[in-house]
Amino acid sequence: MTTGADTARTQRALAALAVDPGGLKGLTFRARMGPARQAFETALRKLSGPQRRIHPAITDDQLFGGLNIAASLAEGRPVRDAGLAEQPSTLTLTMAERTPSGLAARLAQLLDADRGHALILLDEAASADEGAPQALLDRLAFHIEPPEAATPVRLPAAADLDAARKRLPRVSLPDDALPLLVTLAARFGIHSLRAPSLALRAARALAALDAEPAVTQDHLQEAAELVYPSRATMMPAEAEDETPPDAPEPDQSDNADENGEQSLTDLPDDILVSAIAALLPTDILDRLAAKSTRPANAAGSGAGDRRRGNRRGRPLPSRPGRPSAQSRIDPIATLRAAAPWQTLRRTGRNADRALVILPSDIRIKRFEDRSDRLLIFTVDASGSAAVARLAEAKGAVELMLAQAYARRDQVALLAFRGTGTETLLPPTRSLVQAKRRLASLPGGGGTPLASGLMAAGDLGQLARGRGLTPMLVLLTDGRANIPLSGEPDRATANDDATRIAASLRQQGLSGVLVDTSNRPNDAARTIAAALGARYLALPRADAQGISTAVTSALEA
Amino acid sequence: MSLAFPFSAIVGQDTMKQALILTAIDPGLGGVLVFGDRGTGKSTAVRALAALLPPITAVKDCPVNSERPEDCPDWATVPDTDLVERPTPVVDLPLGVTEDRVTGALDIERALTKGEKAFEPGLLARANRGYLYIDEVNLLEDHIVDLLLDVAQSGVNAVEREGLSIRHPARFVLVGSGNPEEGELRPQLLDRFGLSVEVASPTDIDERIEVVRRRDAFDMDREGFIAKWQPEDAKIRDAILAGRAALRKLEATDAILRDCATLAVALGADGLRGELTLLRAARALAAYEGDAAITRDHLATVAPLALSHRLRRDPLDEAGSTTRVTRTVAETFG
Repeated sequence: MTTGADTARTQRALAALAVDPGGLKGLTFRARMGPARQAFETALRKLSGPQRRIHPAITDDQLFGGLNIAASLAEGRPVRDAGLAEQPSTLTLTMAERTPSGLAARLAQLLDADRGHALILLDEAASADEGAPQALLDRLAFHIEPPEAATPVRLPAAADLDAARKRLPRVSLPDDALPLLVTLAARFGIHSLRAPSLALRAARALAALDAEPAVTQDHLQEAAELVYPSRATMMPAEAEDETPPDAPEPDQSDNADENGEQSLTDLPDDILVSAIAALLPTDILDRLAAKSTRPANAAGSGAGDRRRGNRRGRPLPSRPGRPSAQSRIDPIATLRAAAPWQTLRRTGRNADRALVILPSDIRIKRFEDRSDRLLIFTVDASGSAAVARLAEAKGAVELMLAQAYARRDQVALLAFRGTGTETLLPPTRSLVQAKRRLASLPGGGGTPLASGLMAAGDLGQLARGRGLTPMLVLLTDGRANIPLSGEPDRATANDDATRIAASLRQQGLSGVLVDTSNRPNDAARTIAAALGARYLALPRADAQGISTAVTSALEA
Repeated sequence: MSLAFPFSAIVGQDTMKQALILTAIDPGLGGVLVFGDRGTGKSTAVRALAALLPPITAVKDCPVNSERPEDCPDWATVPDTDLVERPTPVVDLPLGVTEDRVTGALDIERALTKGEKAFEPGLLARANRGYLYIDEVNLLEDHIVDLLLDVAQSGVNAVEREGLSIRHPARFVLVGSGNPEEGELRPQLLDRFGLSVEVASPTDIDERIEVVRRRDAFDMDREGFIAKWQPEDAKIRDAILAGRAALRKLEATDAILRDCATLAVALGADGLRGELTLLRAARALAAYEGDAAITRDHLATVAPLALSHRLRRDPLDEAGSTTRVTRTVAETFG
C-alpha cells in the first residue's frame, strides 16, 4: 500500500463525509500527533457546517446544555447555557481512546437520534489494547489509519461539495448492490448490520461526488474498501464455500439490465474480496483478541484504593467550591452558609429578594469511594516446571476468578512462555472469556520472566490511568532463563527479572507471587522479595487453599 | 424526536419482538433484558414499540403522567389539569447518569434563587406508565441498577434526601440491553427482570439483505416507509389492545399452575418469581393470540423467556441456558 493511495482513500472518505455527514455519522482517525494528523486536521477545518471540538472529560452540561449556576445566582432567575450538541454539527473528539463509556453511550444516542450530527474521533492510541469505544466505532462509517508521512489531504471545492449534496437524494441504486454489499460483509465476518448500511450510504455519497446519476460498480467497491477493512473479523473463506452472490433476489437483476448497465451480479466477486483483503491490517488476527473486549471504565465501589469524588460513595463533609458541571452542589449546606448574611445582603437592589446567595456560599458535595480493583494474573506457561503444575495453577486461577466475580473485581490475564508475553485477556469483568482463554492456554518453551513482569507493569500503568487499582498475581517457578533480549541466558535472565521486579515495586504495583515449582525454591523467593510481593508456595493438590491464601494476602 | 422505524418492519428477531409485545399487554411482567451483539436492532425495537403503542391519557402538566387529576402527587404544582393524549413515554437512561437525575432531587434552581423547598422530578417520574430503556445495562453503575430494579418492583419511587420526603408512583417496564462480552449482571439483578432474550445477528444472507434494504428505504424516505408499514403496525396495536382486554378473563387452571411449578422445580430456578412470571407471560401470550385458555403450548413458548436467566448457574459456566430450558420443557411436557 503506497502513501499516495492511502491519502487518496482519506480524501475520498472525508469528501463522502462532507456530502452526507448525518448518514455516514463520521470517521475515526487513528494516529499519534504528527504531520499526518496535522494534514488531516487542516483538511477537516475546510469542511462546511458548524464544527465543535470536544474532549473526553466534557460534561453533559457542556455537551447538552444545563443550568449556569453563577449567572442564575446573579440574575435571580434560572439562566441556561446552550450545549455544544444542540445544533447539528460535526463534533471532533480529541483523545478518543480515553472516552469513558458514559460519554460514548451519550454520543451514540446522539448519533442514533439522526439529527444530522457527525462525529470525528481523533484516536491517539499507542497500542492495540487501547482505542475508542466499540459502541462508537460501530456507528461511524470510516476508519482511517494514515501512514507516517504527511501528504496534504485535498478536498473538492466547497461548491462541488454543495452540488454533490444536492445530487445525493437523487442518486439511484442498482438492485443488486444490496446483496453484493451484504454478502461481502458476511464473507469478512462482519456481524453488525450497520456496516452494509453504512457502505451503501457511502457508495451513494461517492456517486454524488462523481456526479454520477447512479451508483456504479466502482463506487460499491470503493465504499466497501473504505468501510469494511477495519471491521473484518476473519479472512474471507476460500472459493468453495463461497455464497453465490446472485442467489438472493434473482428476479431483480433484470431491471439492472434494462438500464443498460452491466449487472453487478456479473461482477467478479473475488476481485472485490481480494481488493478489500489487501487493505486489511496485517495484524488482523492479533487484533481480534483485543477487539472483542474493551475494558469497562472504572465504575467504583470496588475493593481498590480509596479516592475522593463528588458523585457517589460514603459522604464526607461539604467544602466551599466553585459551581461547575462536574460537582454536585449541596443545597442544604449552601443555604446554611448563606443564612447568617441575609439581613446584611438585603440592601440596595437586592432589597426585594427573599434570599440572596453569592457564588462564594456554594458548598460542594464530596464523597469517598473505592476504585475498582484489577487483578492482573500473570501465568508462567513455560516448559520448565510449569508443565508439571500448569494444570494446578490454572485451577487456582479459576477459583480466584470466581472470587473476583463475587467482589466485582476486574481481571486481566497474561501468559509468558517461549520468548515473549501474550495478553490473553485485557481488563474485563467477563469471566466466561477469562476462563475460556485460560483453558486454551498451552504450555512449553522458555521462561521469559522479565518480559512477563514488564507486560504486567505496562498493563498496571494503563489500568491506573483508567482509575483502576491494579494488583499483580504472579504464578511462576521463578526459574527465568530468557532475558529481555530473547537470547537464552540464565544469568542475564535472572538479572533482568530482578531488575524489572524492583521497578514494579517502585511503581507501587503490589501483589502476590505463587510459586508453582514442585518444591519451594529460592529463585521465586528472590523475585518475590524484589517485587515486594507476598510469597506463597502452591500447595499440593489444593487449589482451594491457594485461592484462600491469595485472597487473604491481597486483602492485607 | 425523529420518526421511529416501524415495529412491524423489523426483520426477524421474533423472540425479542414477542417479549416486548408481552410487556405491552401486561406491564406487570417486570421488564425485559435483551442481551446480544451490537447492531442487532435492540434499540430500534424498543423505540419502535413506543411509536406502536396506543397513546395514554394523562393530565397535561402532571410530572408523573397521572391518569386522573386527583392522582397527581401533592408535591407537584399542576396548573393545567386538562386531560390530554400523549404517546407512551419511553425514557432513555444514559450510562453515567447520576442518582439525582434518576430519582429526582431538591430543585436547586428554586432552592438557591427563591429559597423554596421543591422537588425536581427525575427520569423515574417521566417514565411512569411507560418504558424505561437502558442501553448497556451491564455497564451501568451497580448502585443505579439496584435502585432502578427496586423501584421497578415496587412501582413507587421513594425519595428521602436533602430534607425531602416524597413518594410518587413509578410504574414502568424496564428494558435493559447489553453485550455479555463486556461484563455480566449479577444474578440478583438478572432475577429481577421478568423476561430475558438473547439476540444474535441473523446469519442468513437473505435476511441480512432484507434488513439493510428496509433500513435504507427508511432512511431515504421516512414518511413513505412508515405509511407503507402503518397497516401492519395497526394490526399489532389492535392485537395488543384486544389482548389487554382479554387478560382478565384468562384463568389459571390447576393443571397449568402445576405445570408451571413442575417446570420451575425441574430447572431448579431460584425463588418463586420464575413461576409467577411464567404464568403471567403465558397468560399475556394467550391473550395476545386471542385464545380462550392458557395451554401448555403457551407455557412452552414463554418458558425460555421467563426462566432462562433464573437458573442457578456457575458464573464461569458458558453453556447456553436457553437450550437447557427448551430441553427441560420438552422432557416435562413429553
